[in-house]
Amino acid sequence: MLLLEDYNTRVVVLGVMALGAAAGVVGTFLLLRKRALTADALSHATLPGIAIAFMVVVAFGGSGKSMLGLLLGAFVFGCIGVLSILAIRHTTRLKDDAAIGIVLSVFFGLGLCLLKIASEMPSGSAAGLQGFIFGKAASMVASDAMMMLGVAVGIILVTGTLRKEFTLLCFDEKFSITQGWPVLTLDVVLMGMVTVVTVIALQSVGLVLAVAMLIIPAASARYWARNITSMLIVSALIGCLSGWLGATMSALIPRMPTGPIIVLVCGFWFVCSFIFGRNNGIIVSQIVRVQLNRRVAMQHLLRAMWETFEREKERSIPVETIVSMRSWNHSFVVRQLKRAKRRGHVTKREDNLWILTEEGSVEANRIVRNHRLWEVYLINYADIAPSHVDRDADMIEHVLGIDMVQKLEKLLQSARNLQSPHPIGVDVKT
Amino acid sequence: MNWTEIDTWIVIIGSLCAAGCAVPGTILVLRRMSLMGDAISHTVLPGIAIAFLVTGSRDPTAMLIGAVVIGLITAFLVQAIQTLGKVEIGASMGIVFTVLFAFGLVLMRQAIDHVDIDPDCVLNGAIEFAWFDQAPDGWGIPRGAYVNGVMLIANLFFMLLFYKEFKITAFDPTLAKSQGIQPSFMHYMLMTMTAATAVAAFETVGSILVVAMFIVPPATAYLLTDRYGVLIILALVLAVASAGLGHLSAITVPTWFGYSGTTTAGAMAVAAGVLFFIAWMISPNQGLISRILRNVETRAHVLREDVLGLLWRIEERNQGMLQSNDLPQLFGVTSIKVRHALRRLLKQGAVQVTESSWTLTSEGRRRATTLVRSHRLWEVYLEQHYPQDTHQLHHAASRLEHVTTEAMKSELGDAEVDPHGSPVPGDEPIEE
Repeated sequence: MLLLEDYNTRVVVLGVMALGAAAGVVGTFLLLRKRALTADALSHATLPGIAIAFMVVVAFGGSGKSMLGLLLGAFVFGCIGVLSILAIRHTTRLKDDAAIGIVLSVFFGLGLCLLKIASEMPSGSAAGLQGFIFGKAASMVASDAMMMLGVAVGIILVTGTLRKEFTLLCFDEKFSITQGWPVLTLDVVLMGMVTVVTVIALQSVGLVLAVAMLIIPAASARYWARNITSMLIVSALIGCLSGWLGATMSALIPRMPTGPIIVLVCGFWFVCSFIFGRNNGIIVSQIVRVQLNRRVAMQHLLRAMWETFEREKERSIPVETIVSMRSWNHSFVVRQLKRAKRRGHVTKREDNLWILTEEGSVEANRIVRNHRLWEVYLINYADIAPSHVDRDADMIEHVLGIDMVQKLEKLLQSARNLQSPHPIGVDVKT
Repeated sequence: MNWTEIDTWIVIIGSLCAAGCAVPGTILVLRRMSLMGDAISHTVLPGIAIAFLVTGSRDPTAMLIGAVVIGLITAFLVQAIQTLGKVEIGASMGIVFTVLFAFGLVLMRQAIDHVDIDPDCVLNGAIEFAWFDQAPDGWGIPRGAYVNGVMLIANLFFMLLFYKEFKITAFDPTLAKSQGIQPSFMHYMLMTMTAATAVAAFETVGSILVVAMFIVPPATAYLLTDRYGVLIILALVLAVASAGLGHLSAITVPTWFGYSGTTTAGAMAVAAGVLFFIAWMISPNQGLISRILRNVETRAHVLREDVLGLLWRIEERNQGMLQSNDLPQLFGVTSIKVRHALRRLLKQGAVQVTESSWTLTSEGRRRATTLVRSHRLWEVYLEQHYPQDTHQLHHAASRLEHVTTEAMKSELGDAEVDPHGSPVPGDEPIEE
């Protein structure tokens, strides 16, 4: 693999890949639980913890470089930050956003003050502490990478075990309460894992950008996955891949800070997913919309032809008559007629008149019938004035499924004396 | 402590900066868009970096334009990703601002050889050195004071100009729309104000602590008042106080422990946080401690009324004297609370005590009669309207009797006996 000959790079790349996978997995639930920015406040709140841990370690004669001590301090303050958000939200009239903003900025300010003081401490060097803010992957050693790997495996195992419970928690919290799940405990476990991931992300991507590792892979995965398991896998893969690409790029190109590059790579995957993703991706949504518009236009055309035939008892219809049925223009109608011809719904006679084919009649009949059934339903059950139903029915007729039509027929059969502006029982065999 | 002219200027610049941020901050907090302020203040960094790379100078106009453009792009992207991509707003903001901030960091790192914006300035701002950057007018006023002062005046101007519109959109966006105020126009104007303020504040407090200045003073003010005009003024006062206290503590607190001082920007954020914490605890209406005290007082009031009611019932049944030792068990509270209640009643002249036996005075009897009357009328009312077990009636009535207003009394009507068969005492105090 690329660049893995260099020992230091290998350590960084491995660590960051493990981090990406763990963050992708936890981030999936974080995103679904709509806690993205709580994680942001959490990561900012770790800064005073790091500074205090450093001071304590130095005060007790340590070197201040003990990674475990610093991360412990970060963990404690991350938890305090989350608890403060909850306390502000529940005991004041401020909402989530203000609570998050207050905790994020005040804790971060406190952290900066303490860092400045720590840098003046006589023994121990606080120079490395700044690295936690924007990340400094180069300072990673083998033991750090092993720790990140261990944490990643642990998190993936816990998530795998509790997948069902977390899913329920994210999608229907009330239901999981009534089912007797320990919702509070699950929430604490989830936020605890978020804190752990944030803490191990400090060294490589830094606390300002740690939240990106959690939410961007998960948000990108949502455009591809159709169930939670595949979302977890895709998200972990994107996180892993971003870590690998980012770390290698920053090693290859001079003056490229690792953390920001990893985040930019994540952002690149997000943009790709946002555009090309198969669920709600921009292109796919556009295609679906265009297809729907075409189907609607086709159905309107067939209905217009049927209604003209019904009114004038004349099977062959000139284009002008169709154009006059709606706010259509000539070329649009001609284009639709050609499409209908390709599908075999209409044919053009030699005298330039258009006529519904056998197949087209069946289809038009079905559409007209749906339209009128829905009109009857609206007049009789939704209290809409008969003069307005045509337009309302226009919108819904295209999406009536077979089930719905059968239900309507049943409903309308059982009731008597229904008003309708038209005969409904259009005869198929005309 | 050694206060110099430099310190005075630091406080002035800090105050102007914090006050300038507080003005759009009030709307951000009320519209629950605080984190939009967070996102925009992060993305000021790439705006400044791009402006620098394009123009090659620290021209303030170019930086302002760059940052405002990126700020508006941020606001637009957040909305686009939220609506087109069906992503929850928090996540959408998180994605946009982290990516743009990362981009800004990379740009800065790339240009580091020929840029005098250093990463430390991004974090801490450079308020300590602001005094050395004199404006070219010869009066000894630092440039930072001009920049932040102009921003404050501009924000106040727009706030006064669109006061009504901002107020209505902040509290009731639907009403605003129905009155012909364009919500999207107000939204993007607010975003422009936020981005411009963030870039003006960038050099003073850095890219991330701007958020503290945007959100914390207005949020604190929001805990103290219900009126929007007062809220703005309070937010301005709190912002200035945060700046003053912040710098003061930055240069004094560390010296107590033998260190020389700390960063003023960070200390301003902490001071704002401390002020918020104080308001959170002791704000007259919203404060946590004030509310707890109010609850304690209500509970004590209820207990006093219960004691009066008990004394009245003892008199009614001729059960002799009340020994205060029995009370704690009867009401399920500690004896301290009961003693306190009895002492207060004694002071109010509602009870009298002879040889540790307690009886009602005529004043106490009048109050107790009113109470027992509403208790028994409530029982009658509840039984008529919500038929239930007679035992439960007593419990519900025991709560309602303490909060019965005059209007409720006239609604309750009158009755001879309650569902348990006890007579309902008359409206007038019983004569001795």
